[in-house]
Amino acid sequence: MIRDTVVAFARDEIRPAAREADETGIIPLPLIEQAWELGLVRGVIPEQFGGYGDSRSAVTGAIVAEELAFGDLSIAVHALAPRLIAFPVIEFGTEEQRTRILKDFASDTFTAGSAALIEPRFDFDPSALTTTAIQDGASFLLNGAKCYAPLAAESRNILVFATTNRDAEFAGVQGFLIPSTTTGLTIGGREHNMGLKGLASYEVKLENCRVGQESRLGGEQGIDFARIVSQGRVAMAAMAVGVARAAYEYAKDYAKERKAFGVPIATKQAIAFMLAEMAIEIDATRLLAWEAAARLDSGDDALKESSQARNYAAQSALMVTDNAVQILGGHGYIREHPVEMFLRNARSFAVIEGIAIV
Amino acid sequence: MIDFEFEPSVKAQLKMYHAVAEGMMRPISREYDEHEHEKPWQFYEAMWSAAQNLGPGAPPEKASATEKGEGGAAKLRNLYTCLSTEELCWGDAGLFLSIPNPGLGGAAVAAAGTPEQKERFLKRFREGKPKWGAMAITEPGCGSDSAAVTTTATREGDDYVINGTKIFCTAGQMSVEKSEGFVVVWATLDRSAGRAGIKPFVVEHHTPGMTVTRVENKLGIRASDTAMIVFDNCRVPANHLLGSAEVKPTGGFKDVMATFDATRPIVAAMAIGVGRAALDYVRDFLKDQKVPIRYGISARRLTTVERDFMEMEVQLKAARLLTWRAAWMLDMGMRNSLEASMAKAKAGKAVTLITQKAVELLGPLGYSRKVLVEKWMRDAKINDIFEGTQQINLMIIARRILDYSSKELN
Repeated sequence: MIRDTVVAFARDEIRPAAREADETGIIPLPLIEQAWELGLVRGVIPEQFGGYGDSRSAVTGAIVAEELAFGDLSIAVHALAPRLIAFPVIEFGTEEQRTRILKDFASDTFTAGSAALIEPRFDFDPSALTTTAIQDGASFLLNGAKCYAPLAAESRNILVFATTNRDAEFAGVQGFLIPSTTTGLTIGGREHNMGLKGLASYEVKLENCRVGQESRLGGEQGIDFARIVSQGRVAMAAMAVGVARAAYEYAKDYAKERKAFGVPIATKQAIAFMLAEMAIEIDATRLLAWEAAARLDSGDDALKESSQARNYAAQSALMVTDNAVQILGGHGYIREHPVEMFLRNARSFAVIEGIAIV
Repeated sequence: MIDFEFEPSVKAQLKMYHAVAEGMMRPISREYDEHEHEKPWQFYEAMWSAAQNLGPGAPPEKASATEKGEGGAAKLRNLYTCLSTEELCWGDAGLFLSIPNPGLGGAAVAAAGTPEQKERFLKRFREGKPKWGAMAITEPGCGSDSAAVTTTATREGDDYVINGTKIFCTAGQMSVEKSEGFVVVWATLDRSAGRAGIKPFVVEHHTPGMTVTRVENKLGIRASDTAMIVFDNCRVPANHLLGSAEVKPTGGFKDVMATFDATRPIVAAMAIGVGRAALDYVRDFLKDQKVPIRYGISARRLTTVERDFMEMEVQLKAARLLTWRAAWMLDMGMRNSLEASMAKAKAGKAVTLITQKAVELLGPLGYSRKVLVEKWMRDAKINDIFEGTQQINLMIIARRILDYSSKELN
C-alpha cells in the first residue's frame, strides 16, 4: 500500500517538478511538505517519541527509495534527509538522545535533518575516515572536513561521523550529534555539483570542535557503523534503480514514438537490444538491493552484500542512463528531455556514500 | 516479507548434490573432456539408481511449464531444480548433460502430451536400465528460427512417415542407439501452415529409418553427445504425435515455447554452476597466494585483482537472482517468458565473461590443461548459445517490454 502511494506521488508530483529543481536548485517547500505527510520519517519514530511506531524494514525502505528516486533523485534525498539523523538515533541512540533529537521529527511539518560522512578526498573511504574525534577528559575534540552534507544549513543538529581509532576501521567510527551552532563547526557555502542539483548540500568543517559525552551517539555503547554504511549502500542501490528506471522508461516510450526510415526506432534491433539489456540490468540491480536489504532486516551483517549491490548499481545505473541518452540521440543531449539529467544524477552513485535512509 | 533463504531440508539436499559433484563428477571431469566420445557408464549407473531412489529432481528432470506441483518442496520444483542443477554443473556441465534422464524430449512430452502419452512415454524413466530422452528441433538450415523446420511428417494409414535431417540433438546418440529411450522430433504436417503445422512426434529408440549419422566434436561439454539424426521414411504410429493433430494457429508450436519457459532458467542455472566452479577456484587460489579480497572499502582503494574478482562474483550473483526469480514465478503459476529470457541472457553472457576472466586472472596456470579452469571457460560458452542464443533472448525480452509482435520486431 505504501508503495502505491509513493508510486503515485513520485509520478504525479515529484517528476513534474524535477527539471525546474535541477535548473534553479530550489525544491518547492509545498512539495516537501506533501512528501512529509506520507509519514516516511515520522512513521518510523516510536510512539513514545511522538511518531506512529511503524516497524522499520530495509526492504520497504528500498522500495520507497526506488520509487521516490524514480520521480527525482534530488527531491528524493531532500525528502528523506531527516532519516539520516533520525534513523541512527532510533536504532542506536540513548534514551536521552532519542527524546532530544526525535521530537524535532515528530512534527506536523517538514524538519530538516543531516549527516556528515563524506570527506573531500579522492580516496574517501568510510572505513578509513580522516575526521578524528579524540577524547579529551569529559569531552571529544573533532577535527576534519566533510562534504555532501544534505540540508546542513537548515538542520538543527548534524550527525557527524568521525574515527576514534583508525586502525579499527569500521569499528573505530563513532557518530556525534552536534548542534549546528557549535563553536568549531562551520557550514560552508552550498555545493555546486554535476547532478543532484536540486539538493542543497554543504561542506562542513570541524576545527577543534569540542562536544560533550552526551553527543556521542549511543553513549558508551556507540554505534554499529558498518551497519549504518550497509543501510546507506542499500539505499544508494535502490535509488540507482529508480533513476535507471526513469531513464529506461523515458527512452522506451521515445523509441516507440520516434520514427526513422518510416518506422519507430524501437523496431530496430540496435535500439531494441539496448532496451532489453537495460531492462535486465534494472531487474538484476533491484534483486541485489533487495537481497542485501533482506539481510539487514534479519539482523545479519550485510557489508559485503550491500557493497556488492551498491557497486553494481553504480555501474548499471550509469549504463542504463547513458543508453537512454544514446537512444534519444541529439535530443537526449538537449535539456528539454530529462535523460541528460538522469545521466548526471546516476553518476553520483559511485561517488556518494552513506545515505542511510532505509 | 522477501526471503532469500532456503529451508534446512533443501540445504541438506543441496549438500548431497554437492557431494556428488565433488566426489563423482570432478574426478572424471578431465578424462571425459579429453576422451570426447567415451562414456562414463559407471557414473551413469550410479546416477540412474540414485534417481530411482530419490524421485523427481535427482537427477533434475527438465520441469514442465504446465505441470504444477502442490504443497511443500514440490511447490517450488522449478526453483529447486535450478539449485540442484547449479550444484551438479559446479561438478561438470558436460557430465550433467549426459546423465540418463528424460531430457528435453521428456520436457516436450510433459508439456505437449496427453495424460495417457505422458504415462506411456515417461514410465520408462522410473524403471529398468539407464535411459535417455532427446529433442530434435534444429536443422542444418534453421536454428534459432525454429518455426522454419523443413522436416515433414506425412500421414499414411495409421502411421506418420517422417523425413528430414536434425542436428545439435543433445543426448541424441544415447537416446537412439545406446538405450531404450526416445527422441521427440518436431516436423511439419503442412508447410503452408507455418508454425501451426509444426508438431512433436515421439520416435522410439532403434526405430527403422532413424539414424545417427554424426556425433559432433565440440569446444566444450564434451561428455555430452550432440548428434545429427537423419529421418528417412521413418514410420511412427499416429498416437506418437503429442497432443492434437489439428493444425490451428494456437497450440502446437506454442508448446515448444512453453517448454522454453521452464528450461531457460535451468540452462541459466547450469551456466551459474560452471561460473561458480571458476569463481570458487579463483577465490581459493587467491587465498592461497595471500591476496586479500577487501569488501566494504572504497572501490578507489581496491587492486585490479580485487575489482576483477568482485565483478565476477557480483555478476554471478545477479544472474543467479534473476534465475531464481524466473523459476520461482513458474512455481507460483505466473507467466515468466520475459523473466526466463532475462535470466538466460544474463547468465549466458555473465558466465562466459566470468570464466574468461578466471583464465586471465590465473595467468599461465589458468591456460594450462593441468587445471579445469580452461575447461570451464570452454564449457561455459554453450550456455550463451543453446536453448536460445543471447540474441534470441534479447529479441524475446525486447518484444515483451515494447509490446511488439514478432512481425513488428524481428
